[in-house]
Amino acid sequence: MSSDAMAIRTASETGRPWVETLHEWVTTVDHKRLGILYILYALFFLVVAGSEAMIMRIQLMYPHNAFVSPQVFNRMFTMHGTTMVFFVGIPILFGFANYIVPLMIGARDMAFPRLNAFSFWLTAFGGFLLYFSFFGGSGLYGAGSAPDVGWWAYAPLTSRAFSPGHSTDYWTIGLLVAGFGSIGTAINIIATILCMRCPGMKLGRMPLLVWMNLVMSGMVLIAITPLSAAQIMLCVDRYLGGHFFDTQAGGSATLWMHFFWIFGHPEVYILIIPAFAFMSEIVPVFSRKPIFGYPVMVGATVCIGFLSLSVWAHHMFTIGMSSYTNAFFTLTTLAVGIPTGIKIFNWLGTMWGGKIQFKTPMLFCIAFLFQFLIAGLTGIMLGSAAFNWQLSGSYFVVAHFHYTLVGGLLFAIFAAFYYWYPKIIGKMLSEGLGKLHFWLLFIGFHLTFDLMHIPGLLGMPRRIYTYEPGRGWDTWNLLITIGAFIQGIATLVFVANLIISYFKGAKAGSDPWDAWTLEWSVSSPPPSYNFASIPTVASRRPLWDLKHPEDQDGRYE
Amino acid sequence: MSAISSPFPESAVAWKLPYRGKIGMACLIIAESAIFTIFVVAYLFYGGKSLTGPTPREVLEIPIFFSICLLSSSATIHLASRFLERGKRGGFLILWVLTIVLGVLFMYGTGREWHRLIYEHGLTISTNLFGTTYYSLVGLHAFHVTAGLLMLTIVLLFGLAGRVGQEQSGRIDVLSMYWHFVDVVWVVVFTVVYVLGR
Repeated sequence: MSSDAMAIRTASETGRPWVETLHEWVTTVDHKRLGILYILYALFFLVVAGSEAMIMRIQLMYPHNAFVSPQVFNRMFTMHGTTMVFFVGIPILFGFANYIVPLMIGARDMAFPRLNAFSFWLTAFGGFLLYFSFFGGSGLYGAGSAPDVGWWAYAPLTSRAFSPGHSTDYWTIGLLVAGFGSIGTAINIIATILCMRCPGMKLGRMPLLVWMNLVMSGMVLIAITPLSAAQIMLCVDRYLGGHFFDTQAGGSATLWMHFFWIFGHPEVYILIIPAFAFMSEIVPVFSRKPIFGYPVMVGATVCIGFLSLSVWAHHMFTIGMSSYTNAFFTLTTLAVGIPTGIKIFNWLGTMWGGKIQFKTPMLFCIAFLFQFLIAGLTGIMLGSAAFNWQLSGSYFVVAHFHYTLVGGLLFAIFAAFYYWYPKIIGKMLSEGLGKLHFWLLFIGFHLTFDLMHIPGLLGMPRRIYTYEPGRGWDTWNLLITIGAFIQGIATLVFVANLIISYFKGAKAGSDPWDAWTLEWSVSSPPPSYNFASIPTVASRRPLWDLKHPEDQDGRYE
Repeated sequence: MSAISSPFPESAVAWKLPYRGKIGMACLIIAESAIFTIFVVAYLFYGGKSLTGPTPREVLEIPIFFSICLLSSSATIHLASRFLERGKRGGFLILWVLTIVLGVLFMYGTGREWHRLIYEHGLTISTNLFGTTYYSLVGLHAFHVTAGLLMLTIVLLFGLAGRVGQEQSGRIDVLSMYWHFVDVVWVVVFTVVYVLGR
């Protein structure tokens, strides 16, 4: 069935000049191709930003190391953070959303295909603009320099006096442009989900991935825009002589902090909610059970979305806010733990009593479960103002948020890769290499980020380019760097797996995992029009209904 | 092509979903509201914190006439789209032109005010905090009015060429949503800048 579709596809694609293929990819408005472009673009920057992390880890491997200069070190942590958040995290999640959401809701494309292409190219342009700073940051007279103001770019460091040249402007404008791209895609995802569902796909029957991407996109609308606004203000300050963040003219550096974190904290939920989405699709399939507590999962997601908008100042406990403010933001921060805890119990409830298959995607999901739990626990520690005063700005914080973003988000993204690669490419990823990738990454991750909490507790501040020997940090840092290298090797194994399986992987067929959502009803890779005829669904698991006509899901919902 | 046909039967259930244009515009409006909120917060936060003059009380005059122009253009665009919905293209075009004229009048008012502030009072975006916040907030709104006027003009050109008919009224409604949003923002900006800020 699917091999015929493949044959049609390859017959039309062989024997054409590569320029034509390239032209097709550049001008495409197909959600699947744009999804792939998003993902490839993000993978490229994942390697770039990963290399920047390696440079930092080599520098910190032992005291008084001189692998890079302090200036370069500042650029590395700025570019690493900025790239990972804006040009790896967001694009890769948008890529998966782009690819999967229309297929899951039985649509032939996104609501606005051209806006989709426009948004992708805006995001792409933003990334290249940011990296062009390496050549153009100091203007024509200098050798160039990347931004070095940190990824949250606190005022007054970004003022002309402290950031001469254009490196900060590349940061500002690159993110502004990419932000507009994100808003475009978010609008598109929401309009697609609300307006393009196939008959019978009521809101209460949408797969959880679709629900969570709906919430994520809604958050993008109200969380990315404050950053855009703040960056317009920063441009006004830097180019037109404005005084928004100019303390000498009565402006306020604190206001930038508020504006940045009004964006910055919801942003981490924008990144993690799609990870929840992957979990909620993959865990049931490999536990051979429907998701436990579907309505509660939806409610918890919406709840996290709302709560996350009211927690931003927990990044600012140390700037000296009033005790009422501290108490408020401590309470809201701790409250986020409740819906998140509900989710973790629901995934456990899904696995409970299931016939669990320990395939690679499931391994990543299980690791996600307890790693994200630990990340949440250190998050609750840091969310309490009194504890935060001790450890804010230390490596404990770095360990915490890498635990969420690597141990949580990255593991979920890898699970998604192993789960949907067969659909996207039509070939299975190698299980052997996949398991090797998983165990290497798992060991490397824990070596790096479990141990990173300890120098933080011992007082090692973040963003220092070197340190004195004999403070008890030396061995820890060496081990952390070794862990980072293991993670680097794991990533290379993953890339090798992607490439090798592309050429030599086993044929996937349309439904290799015996899954239940609509994307598995079409061939792998899906035809450009997705569905020959628009499907009609009667339950949350349309493919289950199709495979088990005697035991329809709708009866139990 | 039977090989790739869907296993699902053709739809028989009644199924109606909202128009994607309206949802898309509603999302854009939510996003834009967040941007304006940040600028409004900055304006209010910095109110009275300028270290040097001129202050809003000294230089700002309430632009009542031009505000009425902009706000009434919401009524004209609404009526225009109702006319189009009923297929009355003549009435639609007249009201559409009127909307554009009212919008241009408003922009003229903003331009005149800025000219007066710059040349008579020496207030620019870099003079003090008031200048910085005032020009960026009012300017951001003026930018949105200008963008709206451009879109209105494009529709007008198509309309004059006879290409805007009843079947386009859904899209015209989407544009009219945007225009209403710009007007509502002006109510907020007006309140913040000319009432509270003075």
